[in-house]
Amino acid sequence: MMIKIENLNFIYNPDSPFETKALNNINLEINEGDFIGLLGHTGSGKSTLIQHLNGLIKPTSGSIIVDGVDITEKGADLKSIRQKVGLVFQYPEYQLFEETVYKDIAFGPKNLGLDDSEIDSRVKKAMELVGLDFDSLKDRSPFELSGGQKRRVAIAGVLAMEPKVLILDEPTAGLDPRGRDEILGEIKDLYNKGNITIILVSHSMEDVARLVNKIVVMHKGEIAMEGTPREVFRRAEELESMGLGIPQVTYFMRKYKESGNDVSSDVLTIDEAKEELLRYLRRNGND
Amino acid sequence: MSDTMINLENVNYEYKSSEGEFMALKGINLEVKKGEFLVVLGHNGSGKSTLAKLINALLLPTNGKVYVNGMDTTDEEKIWDIRRTAGMVFQNPDNQIVATIVEEDVAFGPENQGIEPREIRKRVDKALEIVEMTKYKKHAPHLLSGGQKQRIAIAGILAMNPECIILDEPTAMLDPTGRSEVMKTVRKLNKEQNKTIVHITHYMEEAVEADRIVVMEEGQIVMEGTPRQVFSQVDKMKELGLDVPQVTELAHELKKEGIDIPEDILTVEELVRAL
Amino acid sequence: MIKDITIGQYFPGETVIHKLDPRVKILVSFAFIISLFFINKFYPYILILAYILTVTKLSGVPIKYVLKGLKPLTFIILITFFINLFMTKGVVLFEIGPLVITEEGLYQSLFMALRLIFLIMGTSILTLTTSPISLTDGIEKILSPLKAIGLPAHELAMMMTIALRFIPTLLEETDKIMKAQMARGADFESGNIMSRAKNLVPLLVPLFINAFRRADELAMAMEARCYRGGEHRTRLNEIKMEKRDYIAITIMVIFFGVLVLTRYI
Repeated sequence: MMIKIENLNFIYNPDSPFETKALNNINLEINEGDFIGLLGHTGSGKSTLIQHLNGLIKPTSGSIIVDGVDITEKGADLKSIRQKVGLVFQYPEYQLFEETVYKDIAFGPKNLGLDDSEIDSRVKKAMELVGLDFDSLKDRSPFELSGGQKRRVAIAGVLAMEPKVLILDEPTAGLDPRGRDEILGEIKDLYNKGNITIILVSHSMEDVARLVNKIVVMHKGEIAMEGTPREVFRRAEELESMGLGIPQVTYFMRKYKESGNDVSSDVLTIDEAKEELLRYLRRNGND
Repeated sequence: MSDTMINLENVNYEYKSSEGEFMALKGINLEVKKGEFLVVLGHNGSGKSTLAKLINALLLPTNGKVYVNGMDTTDEEKIWDIRRTAGMVFQNPDNQIVATIVEEDVAFGPENQGIEPREIRKRVDKALEIVEMTKYKKHAPHLLSGGQKQRIAIAGILAMNPECIILDEPTAMLDPTGRSEVMKTVRKLNKEQNKTIVHITHYMEEAVEADRIVVMEEGQIVMEGTPRQVFSQVDKMKELGLDVPQVTELAHELKKEGIDIPEDILTVEELVRAL
Repeated sequence: MIKDITIGQYFPGETVIHKLDPRVKILVSFAFIISLFFINKFYPYILILAYILTVTKLSGVPIKYVLKGLKPLTFIILITFFINLFMTKGVVLFEIGPLVITEEGLYQSLFMALRLIFLIMGTSILTLTTSPISLTDGIEKILSPLKAIGLPAHELAMMMTIALRFIPTLLEETDKIMKAQMARGADFESGNIMSRAKNLVPLLVPLFINAFRRADELAMAMEARCYRGGEHRTRLNEIKMEKRDYIAITIMVIFFGVLVLTRYI
């Protein structure tokens, strides 16, 4: 098991009139090699939860065990935790600061105290993973790049730490469809290469449906649902009551089924819907 | 009175920087009718933001002419009339709110126009009512959600009494709830307040209800038509790196497999009926 | 920490004090500060205390809130107290090792500490009862006669408004960037002063770049909303002197007159 969260509570501004319970008794297990989609309305506690996972926020109570180490204990080695659990914030391009792309990506590995040749190979590898050409871009200023490229540099900066768990907070926010597909494609490739656990925070049901193998839904500081995408998207009404939806194709198949057609509404992608409909329509046509 | 709100004639726009020139818009011809709800789709760098700034006279065309309600944007005397006629809402909700109290911010535009205080009060109250933010009028903007901030920005434009509102990716930085709040407001402005809308976005969901869609790519208009006409060209849209509704794509795929259904499906209900 | 600072934190309300013309409040606060320095003995402090309590009562701001404003400045008040206590020469009251406390020192230190406390309390009433917006409006109006000699009164006020508007946004952003760099192993908490200052680079560079980007976008948005400087500009809430303002001025002129007189009697 990679991460185990037990009875986690977090209260903002305790003992003041602004006291708010951001996380309420969270219990969650994340296995090695999971690709998790973390869903929830703004203010549901997603951001607070992920910042607990690399020790940026200290819980009010409860424990978080990462790779066998309780990170909530006093004197926990934060550097090694942050190396193990990489966190890419929303709009990460706004934290770039170095003169060159190379130096910015090397910032993390340098903080880990690695030697120059190791840093060099990590920067190269990280740039390759996010589809940035090393030779032509390494000496450019990150501020001259396009929006999509800047974001890739920022993601590479976290990948260069070689984390075992990678958390991405809405990595496609503000990108156009092409930029979104490219970034999601790279994340998928990274996952397929193995040896990494990914937590993807997203608002897009369509993206989550075609990528992840497990979904965690948060609502009002609690975990409201947990399961495979198929299991979670079956509960469309509940999701809607939390201000979330289901992919449009899934919604369509449900409607189609309701109007008296004997199809399975357990589809997540356009391809699956097509297969199911063709099977149904052709069989009916042949009858 | 002409029924044309905006008219662009052979417009080119060239950005000049130390690294050379870049043609952002190439030979754009576009006419927007009064009361129309036009959506401009296109990905980043397609020139759609430049187009918006040209209509608001924040940029002036390198060649060609831009007319807003008959006024030439290069006419310096008309510049404030043009900005009042075609108000503009920007992408980042944080970076367009000036004041520390909601109603003070909404008043900023009319204050700049030199309108007398009693009339400003009326306009501010009405604008806040239209965007349904009246109960927040004494709040500090930084405590509001993204969708609420963007509605405040819209109210700030409404208070200038524009005939046309240009929205430059107002939903790009919002979550789904904020996005639907803003879209609901925009539709209301078009339907109930009779405002001409030019809405720039890369979310196709927001284009489905438009009167007309213009698709931009590399500084040119490459597609134009009703949502039905545009989205039914699934392959072309994909080629441009843009999305179409999932049901439209599904219908397109089924048709390729020889199923007999129309190709211009836009909604779930239409597809259910078609099958 | 930043949240603890009461100075500048507006306490909303609809009382007489809140409704006073901001110009009157600003000028009264200045007169209050000046008259504090005219006082040279203890008994007028009773008048000062009475003034502070009356105004606080009228403003509906809980006295606890006003006292909280002293908290971040406790250190300065204590320093003032102890410097005066130990550094004043005179009749020795008692000695503790090298520390000598004199009668004059005790008198002086209490006097100075009280002056500082009253100064903070008296001026914080201004910011507690005046919204930042009307405060800047007031400053703009007070300074506007100086436009004739080239003082950009409107621009100064506009800058203040924008600064106030963006402080919370920038604080939030600072927190975010700090966390993002910490996630990449940055360390803002340990090391000596030099290395700490160096460690701030990954925080400050993005913060500045983002601030410039924001300024750029804001300028464009303001222009799109027909902003063209202070000329021809009207206001939603024009500030006007009313009867209560004249009454307040009259009372205050008498009060401060009496305070100045105490110096000579």
